[in-house]
Amino acid sequence: MFDLKKHIKANSIDHAIALLIENPDARLIAGGTDVLIKLRDGKPGFSELVDIHGLEELNFIRQDGKNNILIGSGVVFTDIIQSDIIKKHIPMLCDAVQSIGGPQIRNIATIGGNNCNGVTSADSASSLFALNAVLEIRGKGTIRQVPISDFYLGPGKVDLKKGEILTTFKITPENYQGYFGYFYKYAMRDAMDIATIGCAVSLKTKNQILTDYRIAYGVAGPVPLRCPKTEKSVINKKVSKSLLDEISQTIETDVSPRTSWRATKDFRMNIIKELSKRATKEALQRAGEEV
Amino acid sequence: MTTFREITFSINGRPRTLYIDMRKSLLEVLREDLGLTGAKQGCGVGECGACSVLVDEVLVDSCIYLAVWAHNKDIRTIEGEAKNGKLSRVQQAYVDEGAVQCGFCTPGFIMATTSFAENCTEKKVTEDDIRKSHAGNLCRCTGYQNILKAVEKSIHPDKE
Amino acid sequence: MAVGKSVNRIDAVAKVTGRAEYTEDLYKPGMLVAKYFRSKIAHGRVKNIAIEKAKALEGVEAVFTFKDVPENKFATAGHPFSLDPSHQDVADRLLLTRDIRFMGDEIAIVVAQDEIIANNALKLIEVSYDEYTPLILPEDILKEDARQIHKGSSNIVGEHQYSIGGDVDDALEKADYVVEGNFETVMVQHCHLENHIAYAYMDDLDRIVIVSSTQIPHIVRRIVGEALNMPLSQIRVIKPFIGGGFGNKQDVVLEPMVAFLTLKLDGRAVQINLSREECMVGTRNRHPFHIKVKTGVMKDGTMVARKMDAISITGGYASHGHAIAAAGGSKQSSLYPRMANQFHGRTLYANIPVAGAMRAYGSPQVIYALECATEDAARKINMDSVEFRLKNIAQQGDINLLSGHEILSCGLTDCLLKGKAFMDWDQKKKDYEKYKTGPVRKGLGVACLSYASGTYPVCVEIAGARISLNQDGTVHVMVGATEIGQGSDTVVAQMAAETLGLAYEHVRVVQAQDTDVSPFDTGAYASRQAYVVSNAIFRAATQLKKKILDHAGVMTGKKARDLNIINGKIVDTRTNAFIMDMKPLAIDSFYHKERGHQLTADVSHKTTTNAPVFGCTFVDITVDIPLCKIKINKIINVHDSGIILNPVQAGGQVHGGVFMGIGAALSEELMIDPATGYIYNNNLLDYKFPTFMDLPHIHHDFVETFEPTSGYGNKSLGEPPVISPPPAIRNALLDATGVSINSLPISPHKLFTAFTKNGLLDSKGGANV
Repeated sequence: MFDLKKHIKANSIDHAIALLIENPDARLIAGGTDVLIKLRDGKPGFSELVDIHGLEELNFIRQDGKNNILIGSGVVFTDIIQSDIIKKHIPMLCDAVQSIGGPQIRNIATIGGNNCNGVTSADSASSLFALNAVLEIRGKGTIRQVPISDFYLGPGKVDLKKGEILTTFKITPENYQGYFGYFYKYAMRDAMDIATIGCAVSLKTKNQILTDYRIAYGVAGPVPLRCPKTEKSVINKKVSKSLLDEISQTIETDVSPRTSWRATKDFRMNIIKELSKRATKEALQRAGEEV
Repeated sequence: MTTFREITFSINGRPRTLYIDMRKSLLEVLREDLGLTGAKQGCGVGECGACSVLVDEVLVDSCIYLAVWAHNKDIRTIEGEAKNGKLSRVQQAYVDEGAVQCGFCTPGFIMATTSFAENCTEKKVTEDDIRKSHAGNLCRCTGYQNILKAVEKSIHPDKE
Repeated sequence: MAVGKSVNRIDAVAKVTGRAEYTEDLYKPGMLVAKYFRSKIAHGRVKNIAIEKAKALEGVEAVFTFKDVPENKFATAGHPFSLDPSHQDVADRLLLTRDIRFMGDEIAIVVAQDEIIANNALKLIEVSYDEYTPLILPEDILKEDARQIHKGSSNIVGEHQYSIGGDVDDALEKADYVVEGNFETVMVQHCHLENHIAYAYMDDLDRIVIVSSTQIPHIVRRIVGEALNMPLSQIRVIKPFIGGGFGNKQDVVLEPMVAFLTLKLDGRAVQINLSREECMVGTRNRHPFHIKVKTGVMKDGTMVARKMDAISITGGYASHGHAIAAAGGSKQSSLYPRMANQFHGRTLYANIPVAGAMRAYGSPQVIYALECATEDAARKINMDSVEFRLKNIAQQGDINLLSGHEILSCGLTDCLLKGKAFMDWDQKKKDYEKYKTGPVRKGLGVACLSYASGTYPVCVEIAGARISLNQDGTVHVMVGATEIGQGSDTVVAQMAAETLGLAYEHVRVVQAQDTDVSPFDTGAYASRQAYVVSNAIFRAATQLKKKILDHAGVMTGKKARDLNIINGKIVDTRTNAFIMDMKPLAIDSFYHKERGHQLTADVSHKTTTNAPVFGCTFVDITVDIPLCKIKINKIINVHDSGIILNPVQAGGQVHGGVFMGIGAALSEELMIDPATGYIYNNNLLDYKFPTFMDLPHIHHDFVETFEPTSGYGNKSLGEPPVISPPPAIRNALLDATGVSINSLPISPHKLFTAFTKNGLLDSKGGANV
């Protein structure tokens, strides 16, 4: 049994917002795969829940008139993996989300929940960073659009004020049309594991030149991050093996892995560097460029 | 404020209305309120899959599924799989392929395989497909080897 | 005939339908929940403890501390009682303790109406400690001024040495080469899917009933009696289906406490149901070993000397104590029996979770060191790893110099040859020569094992079987041997069917042990059951068969010696004529007013032999140096375990053992902070045992020999498969990269450290390959 003091079901986004304001100590629960575990552990702040599990208003994947891809925050990972829109336009996100847990977890955990934890290891985050996802956040009478890189404020902290709900992830066509991506999750096990390092690469080429390059990491710093120095240094360069080596050298300047009981800094850096080459190579392969 | 809620759902095809403690997980309601003890508790955090059941045909870990979410849903547990005294094809495959040892993970695994087999539209199922779709179920006895054979047999019962 | 056939398990249908009942399924309405209050430090003593607030919480029935429990210490190890006082288990445990010996030690216990109330009550207990420095590394534990974790022990639980085959130092001196190595294994855990759980209630004024997930119900009965100072006949232990044990339930863990609580609470039912997190640190684990090995080898490939010094760490309490090191040390004596062999073992206390019995009981640690050392010796003289072993391994007819007994069945040579052929060893070795440079390497490894069947002569080996004819012509078999998932009850049915002449489907085995009713047997451990119970079954079945045929004789006027039972029918052996079915005979025996009786046989048999078993692992790996990952391409275990009673079930045991061995080799480790004794990863996310995605196919094969000391030619099999995969994998890594990693697990971190040390990676991760 969970030591739940309050459980209130929300029947719409606005209702959820109102409930959060009325119950300032409450938090949202959607899939529950993180919240219920923290509740079981007795962590403070998890015993009052506003329940948005299965809320239809948050459950959509569509393209609007401007070809923006819109993913509701309540979409479960299995639906992302099976979505024709995602498979066609941003298959990298399918790869990232496929790596999470096992089927039971993917059937119920949501992309919104995965990101609202504010943890650097969120498997969907690095791909969303590479895609420059913009998040729609609604409060009482307010809507704001926040780029994902601004949403993550620090370990365990995201830009959500009291009474606000993350409703949508938006990926604009400038960020996915013509791009090829690859996601690599390095972990101790091939399933049911958190990332030691997650690496997402998204790139565009023309005539063997890299016209755009994005590389994002999870667990390479306190929050998921992009690598601006590396990206800048390789744009408009010719695709080659030495370019890959260059990436793996420069990447050191963009990341700040730490030592924890799970892995040492040097070990993480080694993986970060190797993944920068492998993920880039795979993305290039998808783009039709052989190195 | 009472912690009790009324929920209505169907369990293995039979409709039920129960008055339950809202703090309970679906696993606890199944085991304690309905006496369906096939689903087991192995970890309590959705890591081992021993509690797996189908909710509206979707495989979930019932230990981290709030019982109140089961309202208006169709729940399938291991107890509903054998019909008229006959094992389902999946259950029979686990028996025949030696995929059962201590049996504690078995109900969860069988629900995972049942879900996989029922949703299998591909003619050609790869071993990778099987491993991925059962990756949320842990077993400590079998090394997964005979389970792999049981899943294959569930999909191709006539193959040797 | 039933033996040797891959019949379906007798409990498979119960398990696949979810109808098999485990301890948590046998819920008693109104049962109280008990939860331990555990120490937050690894070494110290409770100064003050305040429980009033906890007791006052609504829904709390009672709170007990170390002040409230009996003062008689007891031993928890699942061993039969030893008549030799010097061999008895170390009694160092109290129900609750004031002295803290590991993080998680049990100081107090709350009994409440439900789990939430119990957890909230735990939060209200206030405790202050005198803290001592945690002693975790051997050098700290053995320091002159180190605090004694148990008074009077000097932190040493036990120590012994044996020397066989001549003077080992002499042999080392005469050897052409001596290779030395230091090896280390870590604390790993069984992670049986069903956590420890037990409940107890009283069914009259002085009798306690315990239902528990245990491997050893009769031993539980005795030890609960000792812990509570009660006659053991007042204690009844029931063992339903259990969800795995692997040795962790070969210890009396929860039962004395639930028995104590029900006594204190007017006989009401009280249950302790450990969470996974508690189970991983509050039950038992595997002893970490530190082993030094010296091996003497001649140019021609003969191994002439082996000197091994092992330190075993048993954690905060003795549990199985020094028996682990002793067993591991002695069971290896069968593997290379024709050389000078000295083993010295010492077991130490430490402020880490308690180590106890775990699958193969000291052999995984010892054989890891031994087979890595053997590999080093082979490479020293540039001999092929398989050829080297073929030259030195045991053969049938060799004398085990430690036991003094002849090895009556041994198929290890054929195991190695089978494995070698399966792997296409010679060709693959050639093919893989081109993978000894570059970032991706490939290699092959092999390792052998020896083990024993049961514990004689160290402990008594006793098994009981009772077989009764039912009115419907089937038989019921009751054994004290326990089914823990390994298939014991199934092979019991097969053996009984074989000797009685009945169809397997007509043999019903009572699968729950109940100490009020079940014959005495010490339980499931040491892979003893099929070997030891085989003799009891054989004798009981033979006796019952005689009674059946005698009654058939009485019924028909024929001579019993001219009759036989074939496929459940009484036949005349002279003419092969069918005489009668079993059912009418049974009905006559029960209900005829003048003749017959209930036909049963009841045998308790002591086995005074022990048959060594053998096996090997072959493995083919790919090593990704930059990503520090080992991928197993192919792995096979080949075993000599005598006659295989049920090939499919036996194969399942091998797969499970190999899987556990792979986990131990590559990823499993209970991570303990060496400064504080804090455990980081006592949960199934952070403790990495392999998922379905992490393993390749596990192949297996058998070499069937016939063991004459066994009822059906069979020997032990349950534990051996876990022993040889780790050294085989380490040897394959050595083959692939030239890098020796002599500690387990060979995790990505260890690979990173070793590769940077050996220059295969620069420390920032540039591959120098």
